Amino acid sequence: MGIAPILAVTQPAFWPLTLILFLPAIVAGILALPLIPRGKDDSIRWVGLATTIAVFVLSLWMAVPAIFGTGSAGQFTVGEAGMQAVVDQPWIPAFNINYLLGVDGISMPLVLLTTFLSVLAAAASWPIEKHVRPYWILFLLLETGMIGVFVSLDFFLFYVFWEVMLLPMYFLIGIWGGPRREYAAIKFFLYTLAGSVLMLLAILMLYFASDVGTLSDEQLIASHVVSPVLEGTERTAALAAIHSAHDAGKPVHTFNLLALAAIGQSQNSPFAATSFWGMTLESWAFLLLLIGFVIKVPVVPVHTWLPDAHVEAPTPISMILAGVLLKLGGYGIIRICYPICPGAGLSFAWLVCGLGVVSMVYGAFAALAQKDFKRMVAYSSVSHMGYVMLGLGVWSAVDGHGYQWDAWAQGVNGAMFQMLAHGISSAGMFFMVGVLYDRVHHRNLEEFGGIFNRMPLYASLAVAIFFAGLGLPGMCGFIGEVLVTLSSWNYSRLLAVCSAFTVILTAAYILWAIQRVYLGAEYKGPHGDHLTPMTRRELAIAVPLVVLAVVFGVAPQLIFNYVTPTVNRQVETLAEWTRGHDGASASAGAAASTDSEKAEFQAAIDSFSVGGGR
Amino acid sequence: MNPDRNLGALLNGTLHDTLVVSLPHFRPELCLAATIVLLLLCRMVPLLRLVDSGFIALGGVLFSLFFAWEDILSLRATAWSSSIGDLLAGRQELFGGLLAFDSLTAYIRLLLAGFLVLFILFTKVSGIPDREDGADFYTLVLGATLGMCLMASANHLLMVFMAVEMASVPSYALAGLLKGRKASSEAALKYAVYGAGAAGVMLYGLSLLAGVLGTCHLPTMARQLAALDALWMPGGAGLALAIGGLMVGVGLAFKLSAVPFHFWCPDVFAGAAAEVGAFLSVASKAAAVALLLRVAFGLGTTGPGPEHVAQMASLGETRHFIVGGIALLAALTCTLGNLAAYGQTNMKRLLAYSTIAHAGYLMMGVAAAVALAGRDAEATRSAVAAVCFYLGTYVFMNLAAFAIVALLRNSLRSEEIASYAGLIRSNPGIVVATGVVLVSLIGLPPLAGFVSKFLVFSSVMEAVMLGAERPLMLVLLVVGGANTVISLFYYLRVLKVMTFDPPPADRTADAFPLVSIPGALVTALVVPVVSLGVFWSGLYAFARLAGAFAS
Repeated sequence: MGIAPILAVTQPAFWPLTLILFLPAIVAGILALPLIPRGKDDSIRWVGLATTIAVFVLSLWMAVPAIFGTGSAGQFTVGEAGMQAVVDQPWIPAFNINYLLGVDGISMPLVLLTTFLSVLAAAASWPIEKHVRPYWILFLLLETGMIGVFVSLDFFLFYVFWEVMLLPMYFLIGIWGGPRREYAAIKFFLYTLAGSVLMLLAILMLYFASDVGTLSDEQLIASHVVSPVLEGTERTAALAAIHSAHDAGKPVHTFNLLALAAIGQSQNSPFAATSFWGMTLESWAFLLLLIGFVIKVPVVPVHTWLPDAHVEAPTPISMILAGVLLKLGGYGIIRICYPICPGAGLSFAWLVCGLGVVSMVYGAFAALAQKDFKRMVAYSSVSHMGYVMLGLGVWSAVDGHGYQWDAWAQGVNGAMFQMLAHGISSAGMFFMVGVLYDRVHHRNLEEFGGIFNRMPLYASLAVAIFFAGLGLPGMCGFIGEVLVTLSSWNYSRLLAVCSAFTVILTAAYILWAIQRVYLGAEYKGPHGDHLTPMTRRELAIAVPLVVLAVVFGVAPQLIFNYVTPTVNRQVETLAEWTRGHDGASASAGAAASTDSEKAEFQAAIDSFSVGGGR
Repeated sequence: MNPDRNLGALLNGTLHDTLVVSLPHFRPELCLAATIVLLLLCRMVPLLRLVDSGFIALGGVLFSLFFAWEDILSLRATAWSSSIGDLLAGRQELFGGLLAFDSLTAYIRLLLAGFLVLFILFTKVSGIPDREDGADFYTLVLGATLGMCLMASANHLLMVFMAVEMASVPSYALAGLLKGRKASSEAALKYAVYGAGAAGVMLYGLSLLAGVLGTCHLPTMARQLAALDALWMPGGAGLALAIGGLMVGVGLAFKLSAVPFHFWCPDVFAGAAAEVGAFLSVASKAAAVALLLRVAFGLGTTGPGPEHVAQMASLGETRHFIVGGIALLAALTCTLGNLAAYGQTNMKRLLAYSTIAHAGYLMMGVAAAVALAGRDAEATRSAVAAVCFYLGTYVFMNLAAFAIVALLRNSLRSEEIASYAGLIRSNPGIVVATGVVLVSLIGLPPLAGFVSKFLVFSSVMEAVMLGAERPLMLVLLVVGGANTVISLFYYLRVLKVMTFDPPPADRTADAFPLVSIPGALVTALVVPVVSLGVFWSGLYAFARLAGAFAS
């Protein structure tokens, strides 16, 4: 890719998306140069914060046209289901690898969450005094990696960004972390690398099994294998080249996620045609990818890196870890596992749901047992992310239900909401723990108490955030949990009962923690004289989180407006696929009710928001 | 031979073959040979002794690089103007079939010449050899490289043996370069004894193969093999061929430092100067892999085209044997290299085991290539290209790693990993450069090492998908993946010591800064490690060209 073609790019989203993606990395590179002299740590901090703010504003410009005025090309259209703002440039032609970016209703909110939490985490990084310059360089590189995963539509590119995050995170935990930082850092790295090696094998498997020549012209253009920008003879020639290669028996492989999904969902999918040792290729790929993703989520039994990493990481990095990194796993499952390997998704639905419920319950019990405040919050993440797994897994659109996909869509929508809500609440909880730790330098739940009397404002904000995590109606944690629990009823009553039961456990550990930390007569632990009120900087971080936790609880449609169209379309497509897969004749009633189901679902969402408001 | 051909015609034919056909494709080697002579002559004339031998060597190597570059450009021009088939028709046998000139020869020679340029610059910066030893050192290096060029183009078993010896014997002397150091002498002796043993076994194997097949010319051998049937019947030649093949394999495994013939490698690397380690780990490895490709493809394939289909089919058993041997060695080498590296405290020993492990990954690619041969020509070319690309990035990764070790030795007077503790405080630039190199050796994106591993694994995966030696290739994939995770530990441990640990109290000197001549050298070596990880189309195009040699 030379300079001239880049400047001549006509895709309207090229510069906005590229800037959102690479601005942090570019600034990190500039910070690495000795432009800012030693000792001027504050300038570095300001540059870092300004960068995260700039990226946040850019992503806001893209995602919420209502604020900045609509009409600019490259902006996101809310309510549209398909992939938008697609950027497509050749990168490695020999392997059909492209610089292919795009956002839809699933990834756009997650990008926004990432850029938003990066601003807050940057603000929360002010107290870091040790090695300020490398800290900010790594922090900004991490941001590029996270955004890259969410916007990549090319599997190779996705994998590159997925791995790019590892090294900055390793050092951020290993240098700036707590006493057991080295152990926690290597454990995090090792778990994730093991998962991503398996993912690489799955990527290669799918790549070599794929053949874009089996797709129709419309699918080729819709999945950007052939750029929709091409017109007339150019388009015809590009299409003809693919088809003639296919006819000549030379498959054209692809890393394009959209094309892979289209291939995987075709009724004579090559992924289902090949088998190794009695399992289809798509089952192998699904399992390998799933292992890679659930390590990140994380799910019991591969969750053990999480408590260590979260506890040892410095506060801002804990916020990023809990707020964004865990979402990458869920995002991978919804974006890659299900659309590309639907057959395996259907047959392993019990596995995904089971893993979800096990981590839900196990995480909650483990949180109950913790003496360390931060460790308790970490285990609450395990428990909460279990809801995401359960919501994604409830493939209830099967023969027995007449392929009605509304319950499943409810689950996936709930999972998406839960991811975003957990991003807000868990980042908030970790920050609240960090505020306390900065003052008294311990996290022992047994030695707290009476914080409410000493720091009333802090304690109220913290309690609010913890209630959001608990899933109190009217707060953001409620919507996702309820939708997921309701939807799982259709799939398995047992799982629904378990997940409802977990809500009680969640209430138990959070209320007990609130009681032990914030209530009580007086603080008797060490460094009691350091319990000063929150600074303005800390307020500037905490207040937006609390406000969002309430806003999303009261008006969940703010999120659903983005998420639902895309999720519903994906679920609907997969339900249709199931019908074709089973070869069952369509029951007339189910087919006709598609539109009314949509309306019903919207009504259900609206009623939640109203209910939450009361 | 035609009986009524008279002596004159024979002479004429030989002369024509040598002067018109062979020598024009032999210019890089001729340059190296001329430089060696020049270096030796300069020692005899008092006035010329004042000239730094490093610069003479550099000049000669630059000529060699130029010719190698011209060769590959002309090949590329042919490849662009015609289909791959014509390019293969352009394969030429030099010197009566002793050597083969094709895209693999051209690519490996370019790699070796390019490496030598960087290597000589590096030795000038690092100061080993000193002025006194310079002429000896460069003569030996160029002589060994000449042997390596021949390894890459050997087309005849005699040439295989000659080339291996020509590359090895100067290396033994190089290992003992640090005169008066016990470890260095011990390393040289160990290397020489091991090398002699391996050479003996290999020669015996060659004689077995030649005895059964009646020729040493690789393509003819393949045709003979294809014609043989009932290999495993009583009285069949199967046993002798298998034993001969395994014995040749011993010689190749020694050059590759493949397990279980790797024992010399850590001792030599630890005992010899880091500069010698760099030379052995990069140049010697590249040549050995090229030779492995030559022998495996020479014996296991007969070439493209419909007229060879039957022969290719009947060579299936031979290929199965070759793939099995290489894959087994690859899995062992990779695993043992990585596991043994875990306990090392000396940086050079650690890099030695890392070299062994990487030989394993490279051999996985070779195994995939041979497995795919005869099944899918396009996939075979990709697999060879993956191996060639790996070698290309390996030049920068390992040379940079050894350069950092050598330059840190010059300032810190130590090659122990522990002595690097806390370098991030005083020399962040060097630590970042080391980090890039080591992470690239682990194989994480967006660095060159990742792309190499990705290409090799994808070739192995392609073999699995196409059903070529599927169980074996699946084992290789699992072993390769697991090894990538294992290798994380020891590479990261070096970085951990450099960044997390406090500096030792008794450190007297700081390492060199990044803004200095050594720093510039390290930067020049590290930048390609990053840029080849992001923009790898260019190098990959050349590697594809080299891959055209197969099929």
